[in-house]
Amino acid sequence: MSTPYAKLPGWVEYGLIPLVNLVVAFAVAGLVVLLVGESPLEAAYHMVNGAFGRGEYIGFTLYYATTFIFTGLAVAVAFHAGLFNIGGEGQAYVAGIGVALACLWLDRFMPWYVVFPVAILGASLFGAAWAFLPGWFQAKRGSHIVITTIMFNFIAASLMNYMLNRVLKPLGSMSLETRTFEAGGQLPRLDWLMSIFGLSVGTAPFNVTFLLALAASFGVWVLIWRTKLGYEMRTMGHSPSAARYAGIKEARIIVITMMISGALAGMMALNPIMGETYRMQLDFVQGAGFVGIAVALMGRSHPAGIIPAAILFGVLYQGGAEIAFEMPSISRDMIVIIQGLVILFAGALEHMFRPAITRAVLAFSGRGRTQAAAKGA
Amino acid sequence: MDELAIELKGIDKSFGLVHANKDINLKVRKGTIHGIIGENGAGKSTLMSILYGFYQADRGEILVDGRAIDIRDPNTAITAGIGMVHQHFMLVENFTVLENVMLGAEESWILNAGISRARAELKRLEKEYALDVNPDAVIEELPVGLQQRVEILKALYRRADILILDEPTGVLTPAEADHLFRILEQLKAQGKTIILITHKLREIMAITDEVSVMRRGEMVATRETAKTSVEELAELMVGRRVLLRVEKGEAHPGEVKLSVKNLTVRDSRGVTMVDDVSFDLHAGEIVGIAGVAGNGQSELLEAISGIRRAVSGKVHLGGEAIDVTGHADPAELRWRGLAHVPEDRHHVGLVLKFEESENAILGYHDDPKYRKGFVLDIDAIRADAEANIQKYDIRPPNARLKTANFSGGNQQKIVLAREMERDPDVLIIGQPTRGVDVGAIEFIHKRIIEMRDQGKAVLLVSVELDEIRALSDRILVMFAGRVVGERKPDASEGDLGLLMAGVEGPKEAAE
Repeated sequence: MSTPYAKLPGWVEYGLIPLVNLVVAFAVAGLVVLLVGESPLEAAYHMVNGAFGRGEYIGFTLYYATTFIFTGLAVAVAFHAGLFNIGGEGQAYVAGIGVALACLWLDRFMPWYVVFPVAILGASLFGAAWAFLPGWFQAKRGSHIVITTIMFNFIAASLMNYMLNRVLKPLGSMSLETRTFEAGGQLPRLDWLMSIFGLSVGTAPFNVTFLLALAASFGVWVLIWRTKLGYEMRTMGHSPSAARYAGIKEARIIVITMMISGALAGMMALNPIMGETYRMQLDFVQGAGFVGIAVALMGRSHPAGIIPAAILFGVLYQGGAEIAFEMPSISRDMIVIIQGLVILFAGALEHMFRPAITRAVLAFSGRGRTQAAAKGA
Repeated sequence: MDELAIELKGIDKSFGLVHANKDINLKVRKGTIHGIIGENGAGKSTLMSILYGFYQADRGEILVDGRAIDIRDPNTAITAGIGMVHQHFMLVENFTVLENVMLGAEESWILNAGISRARAELKRLEKEYALDVNPDAVIEELPVGLQQRVEILKALYRRADILILDEPTGVLTPAEADHLFRILEQLKAQGKTIILITHKLREIMAITDEVSVMRRGEMVATRETAKTSVEELAELMVGRRVLLRVEKGEAHPGEVKLSVKNLTVRDSRGVTMVDDVSFDLHAGEIVGIAGVAGNGQSELLEAISGIRRAVSGKVHLGGEAIDVTGHADPAELRWRGLAHVPEDRHHVGLVLKFEESENAILGYHDDPKYRKGFVLDIDAIRADAEANIQKYDIRPPNARLKTANFSGGNQQKIVLAREMERDPDVLIIGQPTRGVDVGAIEFIHKRIIEMRDQGKAVLLVSVELDEIRALSDRILVMFAGRVVGERKPDASEGDLGLLMAGVEGPKEAAE
């Protein structure tokens, strides 16, 4: 009586409903392509081929996915504690300083496997620090985290402008970036992983950060579902009044959660800086912090959902770039529209088809039962 | 008088896999008071929501005054002459009585003409049914009893001939409830038909002409009230014989386990909710706090258990002070032997989205025995949860099921098991049986008495006066944040009722 939505079998909940949402999103995207006078089928071909057609393309897809796994995890961790961290963008951006400092300091005389852990630490520290303040304001002053984290994105952008202009840019250089790192600041590509499948990574910047992303996913799962801290976070996220009753210190959990979230968002910086460009450039985050929100939503804030959702957005980025390249009348902005549609249908309108699907599933299983009964009789 | 006001034929309603109403047939005779009883989740509210148009039945027919009507929304129901008084009032708190009554029946987009018409109509209704309410009073300033009258007036203003009341006495003092019953009698005398939904058997016996019993979505029986008994109805509701009285021996109070001195608590708006309250709680006794909901009982429990800061006062637990005005910590108090079953299990006592086993450690998740290195020892947690499931007969016996999927009674057992199995010295219990089915009530009451007999000090808050009287060894009555009197459990209901209403009765010696 109290549950108007029936509990659905797992394959419907986690398989069928997201799939239907996705299909509808692509169908509408197809209409948009049709509207500009291009063939949706051709676009679909370029999308799929561009994302999976070659080892190199797959490498690019997974390179993007790596970035989105981190920002998705960051949003998910905060979400479990009932916090909506929109500041992944800024946290990742500022974390770039941590990565850059580690590389600039050590790259000339240390191998990558020494620099990498230091850079991870640096990224986490700077990301966590940037998330600490909004968390602390929320915990102590009640300033809403959604507002403050958005504000901190802007502050981060200005700060990084300053840092790259005045502090980190080599003397005499015209472009807003650090110097290019030596070998110690360059992460190895995952050629060996691709070659297991008989593929070549080519020029794709698919690097060891991907493995770190997988490890972080597992770490987040352990944290949320297997530790006392995760238990307290989830209690607070579901019911702040129950958390108070249980003696869970709200302020402490808010601050710690935001710092973990910021650290995860921060690790995203490793991927482009040490894995692709080997230097920190202006605007290297490129909206990945916001994509993380969609990834967390689609992935239901669970690492097992976030990884495929991140790969899906990797496909949209890589395949989308391919469409823009192959079909000149479809600009990059069109790709943004398609991504927006996926976010709209898979995130915001997640429940739109649920009642209909529920009815269909129930009718089907109901019929199955009566048929079984008829057979039995 | 054999005309039917309402006839339901074969009403069937499912929510997904939950079959809330199964082929319900019901006949309500015109000009009678018809009771509908059943445990929580029996489908009473669903049935009435269908009648009032909130839900659509999957199958079945509704006949009002002999005519079949397709009730698609509350407006159709109102047009058909059906009015509903909800358990939680649907009033705009800062509107006047008149404005609330008019709301949704303004008649035109300029209010003036409507207002004077409404005022005249309201006067007539008040006179006809002896429903005195000042039309210009603001709702939030009225006591709940009067607010409820406004709800009734709203229905009558919309020319309701059939009035559905959903658990109307839950928020009323005994005196207010009596007054409500007189109003209902009056309405009946004027030819109105009344459907009364309740789980209180006494009310059914006191006021209804006929009573229908629901159990697990089915209508199991309809009886003439005069020809049935409380015992029969209880048995019909539960499906087996139930013990309505609690068996309980003499209390043997020991030393003071919890002492509260001059405790004052204010809410977030600065309103004093607990006002200079003092009492002692001894080992081996149950002290009941009676009172109408909202008179400071909740805040008292929260302050003692460290959830809410007190403004002033001292509380000692087993001789040691609790820092109630400063940094009292619910987690720390648990380790010091204070267990707390909160009033609101849905929002406070449980996290409904958690698995049963996760709720079985809420507040005790710090316990080292649930930890294995850095991570939680899931096996130990589940083992403990399963032991409690066995001992408290929690159904379904599945520690991995989501807590929201347990019935109210079983949810309450999850909380009770968690708090009682820690061998606390002091047990604070708020509303132990709110929304709990009759069968589980019996079990819960027994467990509470057992705790007392094991020498625990039990502080009990309940808005069910019967429960307070049945369980307590001493009764404190709270009104407007103060303890206005102490009575023995054999004090008369009238005496307690006066105290609960804030009318000081003659002082009876308590000890």
